[in-house]
Amino acid sequence: MKRTNLLLLAAVMVIAALPLILPLPGGLAEPFAGADAQAQTAITAANPDYQPWFTPLWEPPSGEIESLLFALQAALGAGLLGYYLGLRRGESQRRKSDADPARLDAQAVDARD
Amino acid sequence: MHIMEGFLPPVHAAAWGLASLPFLVMGARSVVRVTREHPRAKLLLASAGAFAFVLSALKIPSVTGSCSHPTGTGLGAILFGPAVMAVLGAIVLLFQALLLAHGGLTTLGANIFSMAIAGPWVAYGVFRLARTLGGPLALGVFLAAALGDLATYLVTSVQLALAFPDPVSGFLGALTKFGSVFALTQIPLAIIEGLLTVLVVNLLIQFSRDDLDELAFAPGVVR
Repeated sequence: MKRTNLLLLAAVMVIAALPLILPLPGGLAEPFAGADAQAQTAITAANPDYQPWFTPLWEPPSGEIESLLFALQAALGAGLLGYYLGLRRGESQRRKSDADPARLDAQAVDARD
Repeated sequence: MHIMEGFLPPVHAAAWGLASLPFLVMGARSVVRVTREHPRAKLLLASAGAFAFVLSALKIPSVTGSCSHPTGTGLGAILFGPAVMAVLGAIVLLFQALLLAHGGLTTLGANIFSMAIAGPWVAYGVFRLARTLGGPLALGVFLAAALGDLATYLVTSVQLALAFPDPVSGFLGALTKFGSVFALTQIPLAIIEGLLTVLVVNLLIQFSRDDLDELAFAPGVVR
């Protein structure tokens, strides 16, 4: 199972890194722009009259602040997920060692003495 | 898949909001029911939300030369049923709309519909179908998460094509245009999401079989 999981992680890393190594498709305005922003550009290009009728209440004042908040989002998610998996792993290991017959024998000896 | 703030005409924005509303109500009731019936699985429910939180924060490059992000909503959908993901996904989208100016309040309904409703329901449907057909668990999990991810981006493309049909080629022309922006870019990312979801399910089977049994998830599958 451990090997399968390592292979899965390796595959994810290869798929994520491959586009950075492969030659870029031609005709890009900006390499690796966000798809959301591209869609926005496509809307504005095809509908020059369209005016967004609402603007964000607050925008991160700089790219740094934006990356801070994105990192915070990822860290919160990964932190909780890691806490959960670590907790359950610890529980399952303790159960396993409690069920270990050698240890049960040792406990029985302790109790007798 | 985030439609930017103000980028859906008011009527469309309102219609998608209305369409999402019943799913949100159903989702909230489902969250209450799950936490009452399976108090042990509360932390797993939070972790499924956390998975969506991480994955939707990661902008990953794609072979099309642009970047996009996975959604992470398939995991919770196959564990807890698709309804709860409307609520968990909405929390993620609200965080991004308020703090990151990513998506928006006026487009929240539309974005909830694609990421927190359509994606999870497709994932759940694919998973049930794969289990009924009797394929291996990992294949079902992979297909569910990957196709749910793709479905989200297809729905976003449909939403934009409905709002901004091409003057010449109409709805279908616009769908092709937005689809090539979103759906093509998303294919490798959907594969990544599928693989990562299989990884997490593997870890759950290994360390958290009790929680899975509580939810009657994939009974009998052990590592």
